[in-house]
Amino acid sequence: MWRRLWFFVRRLSGDDAYERYLKHHAAAHPGEPPLSRKAFFKLEQERKWNGVRRCC
Amino acid sequence: MRMTIFQRVAWFLVAILGAAAVGGIALNRGESINALWFITAAACIYALAYRFYSAWIATRVLILDETRATPAERLDNGRDFVPTNKWIVFGHHFAAIAGPGPLIGPTLAAQFGYLPGTLWILTGAVLGGCVQDMTILFFSTRRDGRSLGQMARDELGPVGGMAALVGTLMIMVILIAVLGLVVVNAMKHSPWATSTVAATIPIAVLVGLYMRNIRPGRVLEGSLLGLALLLLAVAGGGWIDHSPGLRPLFDHDGLTLAWFVIGYGFLAAILPVWLLLAPRDYLSTFMKLGTIFLLAIAIVLLRPEIRMPALTQFIDGSGPIFGGTMFPFVFITIACGAVSGFHSLIASGTTPKLLANERDIRMIGYGGMVLESFVAIMAMIAATVLDPGVFFAINSPAGVVGKEAAEAVAKISSWGFPVTVEQMETLARQMGETTLFARTGGAPSLAVGMASIFGSAFGQGWLAIWYHFAIMFEAVFILTTLDAGTRVGRFMLQDFLGNFSPRLGRTSWYPSVLLTSGTVVAAWGYFLYIGVIDPQGGVNILWPLFGISNQMLAAIALSVATGILVKSGKLKFAWVTGVPLAWLAIITTAAAWEKIMSADVRVGFFAAADSMAAKLASGSMPPDKAAVAPQLIFNLHLDAWLTLFFVAVLWLIIFDMLRVCARHLQGKRVAALSESPHEPSRLVEDWVRD
Repeated sequence: MWRRLWFFVRRLSGDDAYERYLKHHAAAHPGEPPLSRKAFFKLEQERKWNGVRRCC
Repeated sequence: MRMTIFQRVAWFLVAILGAAAVGGIALNRGESINALWFITAAACIYALAYRFYSAWIATRVLILDETRATPAERLDNGRDFVPTNKWIVFGHHFAAIAGPGPLIGPTLAAQFGYLPGTLWILTGAVLGGCVQDMTILFFSTRRDGRSLGQMARDELGPVGGMAALVGTLMIMVILIAVLGLVVVNAMKHSPWATSTVAATIPIAVLVGLYMRNIRPGRVLEGSLLGLALLLLAVAGGGWIDHSPGLRPLFDHDGLTLAWFVIGYGFLAAILPVWLLLAPRDYLSTFMKLGTIFLLAIAIVLLRPEIRMPALTQFIDGSGPIFGGTMFPFVFITIACGAVSGFHSLIASGTTPKLLANERDIRMIGYGGMVLESFVAIMAMIAATVLDPGVFFAINSPAGVVGKEAAEAVAKISSWGFPVTVEQMETLARQMGETTLFARTGGAPSLAVGMASIFGSAFGQGWLAIWYHFAIMFEAVFILTTLDAGTRVGRFMLQDFLGNFSPRLGRTSWYPSVLLTSGTVVAAWGYFLYIGVIDPQGGVNILWPLFGISNQMLAAIALSVATGILVKSGKLKFAWVTGVPLAWLAIITTAAAWEKIMSADVRVGFFAAADSMAAKLASGSMPPDKAAVAPQLIFNLHLDAWLTLFFVAVLWLIIFDMLRVCARHLQGKRVAALSESPHEPSRLVEDWVRD
């Protein structure tokens, strides 16, 4: 129960984004080196704010 | 799905209870009514609408197909296209759509009494807003998560696409200006509020640096750190307020604060997102969800009495907060919470790229808006638990009730809402403010309402802390909307200018960034500046303008949805979006007509401009007012033309949609449906595993 809640909070806040990316990367592009945590986070934030994200 | 006898009986009872609660609210003419009636009425109406209407739309009108692969599954890239658990998507979607709008609109509309606003929030949401969000989410999901503007272009033609683009840019400018005004009014001559709001900026930067350099990507750690600092800033503001040395540093008039907000907006638009925008958004999202949750608990625990009457005499249009009769202005004032066109920008674009299954569209599209509507009901409760006299004293601009406290209370008491200077002074002292008179914009009265609810539920001694917590809570996400909106406006402008000069279209070319950010900030900064110098308080002009533009955007979204329904051969269901569209067209046009043609100087733009020009010419104006009068007159003309422009765009897109529908029904050629082909879903849902 607590594990699920913790999983939920991390997923909702984007805390686990890098781990999800690593998994996706390993599955979709095997052999290529993944981005570092820092580089990934930077790219991700730029992408996220490139459009309407918040409402009135 | 067949219902069992037991389920039928249960839903029948919900319907009876809901009808009784709505009847109780509508027919109550006593001294006060308990807030529990509102909660019950809202809960029953939402439950019935969700269970029956949204299910009917899902299965009969849109025909959600759970075997069909969503864009998230087909285009999964581990980033923006990611199949995601529906509760997570719900959280993201709700956090994105719920802003300051549903808190401010109902507060202002409470001048008509609690009844008109409450009924509109409930019916507008279940028949209009929720339907809009759900259908747009569905159509965008079927089109690889394309934006509203792209869908308008693909399905209706270039006219629709252009209208959506221009409409979005305009609404952004008006929205930011009015929100900026709300923050300025909350901080005016309040060192506590100003220092707390100011402290949110370095806190956000600190969190940004933490998440970027110290512990990259640790969003939760950074946010918790930031939240702790924000709470400290609220308490620290009280200390600054009592410190004779520091106090003057944060004690400013409206105009100075407006320039700070404008400067801040420009900085936020050109600084990298990780430094200010993104961390501020994390903080405001946590703050928003937490406070809304806390408010719901406090209202249920406390069950406060509503003191505002069901209807006030101001339904005749003489209201002090904004001029205009109940019809159409209650429908314009409460946009977010009932129908908000802005949601269609979130429901197309961001959210559809996360859906794991089409089945989830019902809960996220329809259910997300139900929850936002409930936030609006809570705001209505928080505004109406105040003594009506206090409510009007806080929200009426000095230009209407007079600058002096004695003058204002006499005027407000003469309306039949008794209030005394001592009462207002005591309240201001309890809230840690020097004065609460003429704090227009809705945020301060909402904060007083929230503080009294929180105070009664969780401890009376903390009123000042609760008040400034509520102000900080509103300011934090108003400033987030301001940052994010300026950025979006900048991107749209760069996109547009890119048609003429490719260099200007490059989002990373710094001269272009400065030019376009500056233009967007100047546009909303202008309206903010005028709003601050306007003795009527600015809200009187800007909020209706915002409402009209937001409803216009909703009309664009509903036109796109109606057009797609007709083109998909579902003419007999076109009323599902067609009826809310028709209603929006009526109220928006009626409101625009009033704003342009009315002879009442508090309603009609031209009437106000003419009366001011006459006073200026006759020399009967005091010098300080005469100095700003030419600017105000120019602005009133500008507002009138802007209103006309919004209505013109509204009807343009409606006729464009009708033209496309008529051609389709006559069997003539129209743009083909741009729906992506069907692919079976292969996704196995197993969320706990990963």
